[in-house]
Amino acid sequence: MSDYVLMFVSTILVNNFLLVQFLGLCPFMGVSNKLETAIGMALATTFVLTLSSVSSYLVFEWILVPLGLTYLKTISFILVIAVLVQFTEMVVRKTSPLLYRVLGIFLPLITTNCAVLGVALLNIKKDNTFFTSLIYGLGASLGFALVLILFSAMRERLNQSDVPKPFKGSAIGLITAGMMSLAFMGFAGLAPA
Amino acid sequence: MSRVDRIWPLPGGIHPPEHKSESNGRPIARLPAPHKVVLPLHQNSGLPAEPLVAIGEQVQRGQLIAKGHHPVSALVHATISGRVTAIEDRPFAHPSGLSVPSIVIESLSDQEAALSPEAVSMAPMRDWATETKERLVSRIQEAGITGLGGAGFPSHIKYLGQRQIHTLIVNGVECEPYITADDRLMREHATDIVTGTQIALKILSASTAFIAIEDNKPEAISAIKAALVAVTDTRIKVKVVPTKYPSGGEKQLVYLLTGREVPSGDIPASLGIVMQNTGTLYAIKEAVVSGTPMTERVVTITGEGTPNPGNYWVTIGTPIQDALAATQVAVTGNRPRVIMGGPMMGYDVDITAPVSKVTNCLLVPSATEFPTAPDPDPCIRCGLCEQACPANLLPQKLFWNAVHHEWEQARLNSLSDCIECGACSWVCPSNIPLVQHYRFAKAEIKREAIETIKADQSRLRFEQRQARLERDAAEKDAKRKARAAEAAKAQAAKAQDTPSTLDASAKDAILASVARAKAKKAASTGPVTQEALENTVVLAQQAVDKTRVKLATAVSDGLPSVEALTGALQKLEKRLADAQSALQSHTETGDAP
Amino acid sequence: MTILTAVIALLILAIIFGALLGYAAIRFKPEGNPLVESIDNLLPQTQCGQCGYPGCRPYADAIAGGDAINKCPPGGMATVEALADLLDLPVLELDAEDPDAEQNRIAVIREDECIGCTKCIQACPVDAILGAAKLMHTVIEKECTGCDLCLEPCPVDCIDMVSQSVTITNWRWQSPEAPKIIATDRAETTHEPR
Repeated sequence: MSDYVLMFVSTILVNNFLLVQFLGLCPFMGVSNKLETAIGMALATTFVLTLSSVSSYLVFEWILVPLGLTYLKTISFILVIAVLVQFTEMVVRKTSPLLYRVLGIFLPLITTNCAVLGVALLNIKKDNTFFTSLIYGLGASLGFALVLILFSAMRERLNQSDVPKPFKGSAIGLITAGMMSLAFMGFAGLAPA
Repeated sequence: MSRVDRIWPLPGGIHPPEHKSESNGRPIARLPAPHKVVLPLHQNSGLPAEPLVAIGEQVQRGQLIAKGHHPVSALVHATISGRVTAIEDRPFAHPSGLSVPSIVIESLSDQEAALSPEAVSMAPMRDWATETKERLVSRIQEAGITGLGGAGFPSHIKYLGQRQIHTLIVNGVECEPYITADDRLMREHATDIVTGTQIALKILSASTAFIAIEDNKPEAISAIKAALVAVTDTRIKVKVVPTKYPSGGEKQLVYLLTGREVPSGDIPASLGIVMQNTGTLYAIKEAVVSGTPMTERVVTITGEGTPNPGNYWVTIGTPIQDALAATQVAVTGNRPRVIMGGPMMGYDVDITAPVSKVTNCLLVPSATEFPTAPDPDPCIRCGLCEQACPANLLPQKLFWNAVHHEWEQARLNSLSDCIECGACSWVCPSNIPLVQHYRFAKAEIKREAIETIKADQSRLRFEQRQARLERDAAEKDAKRKARAAEAAKAQAAKAQDTPSTLDASAKDAILASVARAKAKKAASTGPVTQEALENTVVLAQQAVDKTRVKLATAVSDGLPSVEALTGALQKLEKRLADAQSALQSHTETGDAP
Repeated sequence: MTILTAVIALLILAIIFGALLGYAAIRFKPEGNPLVESIDNLLPQTQCGQCGYPGCRPYADAIAGGDAINKCPPGGMATVEALADLLDLPVLELDAEDPDAEQNRIAVIREDECIGCTKCIQACPVDAILGAAKLMHTVIEKECTGCDLCLEPCPVDCIDMVSQSVTITNWRWQSPEAPKIIATDRAETTHEPR
């Protein structure tokens, strides 16, 4: 039990995918202008990440390993992720057309989110079991969501401020993200990598 | 300390220099009655009161001269005896500097004054304790009493609420610097204020009254306490609050005295509390006990620009320049600069505007007393404004929202709870005019709400119009189809009928009309025939005759359509002439048809 | 052999996923377009056509389809900002011939010259003109949106666009100047794209 708690702490804080492992920075900068958009994106990514973590594990264990096709893991994981993202797109479009419109291109770009593929591949590398990959995926997505929401709140306040012209927009955003990253380094040592 | 005596600390707040001693040292003097008063008809509800008198009519002081139809409106009484000389737009004491419809009364000459009665008043209710609440409230309404603390809300409305009231708070705090009107009133008329409090308690059936006074008014405190001892009314207690601006704000004072917060968007009555200014209660006492309507009030005239700073009984409607001149302030053109109200919440006024029921202070500063504010510097996010806010808001966030026009965010940050006291602007090290930004934001939010309602209405009308047009088009279509079906049926029936069934005369008529139609067609488009030209002449003549008759009628009735008809007649006459000449030339040349 | 297995395995996987997505596409088919509703609610409903579309609803449809948000002069910058906020787009300058032209004007018919032809009544998109054939026409002030569409059809040119005067009831506080920053930023204190 404590292993799972530790795993959560590790993936959410200590080895946060965004700020420590620097994966998934594209939607991080692209969608964080407004809080509502960021929350929508965080939920969509959580859904995709968790499901893809589990389904890619299953595809690996039940199809690729028995058939000796482990070298196909990258392709098949991409296939799984793409299907899941398409499915998520349809759900979002139905439930909230406004969010669909506002997320725009970033919704299908979850397919290319390196955090999602990263989690799937890391599960294999770490030799995780089914339940562990579920926790790992969930933890990674919660960490992503946490940082995305925190950053978008900060970004909203940055947009209101008197930022000098050369720094406006992404520039000041990246500097702030760097400082957040420094802050998250304070968690190092709490749990094994 | 028992719960009743406890005072809660006001969050935030500031301590600006008080400047009270300039004007609170002398008793309230009485300004001589003015020769002219201007009484605005503008009410808080936005709908002006309607005059009950006409120009040239003679009125007496205390006579009802205007009444508003909106339920939230106050009556307007004549404040001097005289003659109504004008009912027109006059300058009004308002930050916009706009004029509103007002009744102007000028005093009569001495002989006329000697012949007319002095003043009109209502029947005194000396034994008011035996009167019913309804009678007392209608007396307050008939006296035209509005809140004298600042907003000028018609007072009787506060007594007509449905909610159960248990506490009356008498606001003698007067936290704004320079103003000392309530201070002197409490010192000199403490007994009357206590009587007013008792009347209010009776109307509200409340069990407790707190008279709140700041601790910088020790004489007022002892005067009120002495008056209470004389009356021995255990329901009324004096509560001394620490001097801090803005302790006198309605929601702030409720919290100070009871520890309870008035919910956002609601009034103290939701907590069972009603608040009245000491001046208002004095006016209520005068209206009930002596029957006098509200015709004058205490105004503090102060500032370095006044040679005689102090408090004065000023007749409501006195033009500000006249009131100032009566205290020996030099008035020329539109100088001096005069602020109505105090230095925190007051605004510059046109000195030809009249003193109104809400004028508690006329501040005449020297140039060095209130220098122009320097240009605002960028916000350095120091957070001093958040420390100073008495309503526990976040002025810094509201400032950024206002500058970037983020009205929804401003609304979520509780902009509507801002009382515009100015404490945040006062502490800002960058001299940012924060209150002005909030006022603009509130105005924009209100404007957007109004525009949304109007846009929804327009959209509804547009959609209904589209629906109507479609419906009409569909009906026309259906009718056309029905007629075509009918015609087809008739055609089929006709084909079966023998020709003899058709009446001979009917046949002739049909043939004749067919011939007429042919001729008309030929006349306009077909080959030139004698018949066609003759027809054209006949038709043109008919048109000219008709238009001549119309023109004659128009000229005799003097209608503006004469010009249009004359032009049309000219055109038609030309057409007739052309047709006649064409016929003539055709007849002459003898062209065969 | 292994290539064949690989191909078949991936093929089967693809077919299963394809079937799943096909089912989802039908199950989660969106109806209508509520986004257009929210956009339309922000437009001022003058139905004037200055945006190039025959009414506010068609323009809302166009915006939902990706058209620019800055084409509505009667809405002004307020509408551009509201649309930018809703759709998370940058705030643009108003795209109109005269962006400072006064909006909020209403039509007034000079009754002495009206000939009762009903052409303006037919032109008004919100039925704000009262009248009938050969009878006096007049504009209902409260309903007029200031769209200018009645000026053209009038054969005697008797309609004026009059700006609404400021009275004590519709007077509003104006914006104070925002604090200036460094000299090169002075031109852009508000409305800058994010």
